[in-house]
Amino acid sequence: MSHRSFVWLCLLPLAVVTAAFFLLPMARLVVVGAGGPQGLAGYLAILTEPRFRATLINTVVLSAATTIVTLVVATIAGMFLQRHRFPGRTVLIAMLTFPLAFPGVVVGFLMILLAGRQGLIGDISSHMFGEKIVFAYSIYGLFLGYLYFSIPRVILTIMAAVQKLDVGLEEAARSLGASPWAVQRDVVLPALAPAFVASGAIAFATAMGAFGTAFTLATNIDVLPMLIYTEFTLAANFATSAALSVGLGIIAWAILALARSLSGSAVAAAG
Amino acid sequence: MRDRLIFAGQLLFTICVAAFLVVPVILSISAGVTVNYFRGIASGVTLQWVAQVFNLYYDTILLSFLIAFATLLVTLAVGVPAAYALHTRGGRLSRLIEECITLPIAIPGLAIALALLLTYGGFRGFRASWLFILTGHVIFTMPFMVRSVMAVFATVDVKTLDEGAASLGASPARRFLEVIVPNAAPGILAGALMVVTLSLGEFNLTWMLHTPLTKTLPIGLADSYASMRLEVASAYTLIFFIMIIPLLVAMQMLADQGARQ
Repeated sequence: MSHRSFVWLCLLPLAVVTAAFFLLPMARLVVVGAGGPQGLAGYLAILTEPRFRATLINTVVLSAATTIVTLVVATIAGMFLQRHRFPGRTVLIAMLTFPLAFPGVVVGFLMILLAGRQGLIGDISSHMFGEKIVFAYSIYGLFLGYLYFSIPRVILTIMAAVQKLDVGLEEAARSLGASPWAVQRDVVLPALAPAFVASGAIAFATAMGAFGTAFTLATNIDVLPMLIYTEFTLAANFATSAALSVGLGIIAWAILALARSLSGSAVAAAG
Repeated sequence: MRDRLIFAGQLLFTICVAAFLVVPVILSISAGVTVNYFRGIASGVTLQWVAQVFNLYYDTILLSFLIAFATLLVTLAVGVPAAYALHTRGGRLSRLIEECITLPIAIPGLAIALALLLTYGGFRGFRASWLFILTGHVIFTMPFMVRSVMAVFATVDVKTLDEGAASLGASPARRFLEVIVPNAAPGILAGALMVVTLSLGEFNLTWMLHTPLTKTLPIGLADSYASMRLEVASAYTLIFFIMIIPLLVAMQMLADQGARQ
């Protein structure tokens, strides 16, 4: 057997598996999405139907808020951990990164323990103010859960980016008389921009499509994945749920593709 | 003085973030071994909830391991040769294929699961067996294996090794097994750890693909969160942590080793 045909043979199983269990089903999903009573217009329902549109806006706002807060928190913590050496630093890093592989369902349960009916925050608040604060089962609980989910990932990316920064540039800015804030604003943060775009996009896309956390917290939180789930299982509305999931898939994919091209070109420009 | 204040402020902030991530885990672990969580740890420490979880849900734990290792076998057998082929071939078609198999990372699991259900849901035998869940897990984890192995090929000069072995008269298959695979070992190991970890914790796809007779651990977890007392749900979560944390530690050690080299 020639080397060329061996290479093709190596590729064959992957091509078969991907075609049969990914490409074909996705094509079917697109077809089913257009198979409802409205036909192709079913795809526009996500924008025209008021209930769907409200859910879409809700999901986008929640995901954007998650992304922004995660980026701020992870930048402060990540920069601090990468720039200073002190006893206990490795323990702190381990604590901040180990929830990396917790699935959404588990994160949801952890939020219930934190802010649910028997949660820690409720206990503390009822001791201190005599009133039990419970918010795990609302969109705020979901927001906290998404923060929990995305902070470890983003911190890792930011720390890696801070490590690659050229300290000489900061020293040069300082020797030219720039204040610490000016150095941060004009030198450090712009240099971290590609890392912000890349990790922010992943956080955003993950929050858009996450299902486990919302599922554990409550079945009636208005986010897109929950809407798709209820349309499919409770209403048996296959065409609508297919159209909505195609829409969700395209949004998530487009955000990641856009971020990759943006951060890619930014990296090239910086180099 | 001012620097010290800034340092202290940042340290405090970072500790608060770490507490936000760690405290719920500690709550969960302590609730899983407490006789009565409502009355607190003073009510006594017990393993009765852990035992109860094993009685109620041992089949979900077994099925999760079965699916994780089957997923690993398939991604190894399919993904490693494919990574080699994609690397050696190069060119537009290879990039397109790579792009295609990476899509499941971007597309939410719910959408992939719906697509699989709408396409293969009619094949009753397949739909009812654990192989249906396996299919979803393979599609979802494949990109991690392929990319992890390709990342190693980018640093090792595979072409020279391959040509060297070829000049000594080794067949392509033998070169692949005896030269390429051993050189890709770090990437294969990293990919394997990732695949097993992701498969054990996968919920988004699995929730749609499971049947009452094919429940994996995360499905059982969601079930216990909805219908069991807090102590049982916590004990179940504790079992999941015990399963997943060694994998995470191994992954971290592997990454540290790679960073040192």
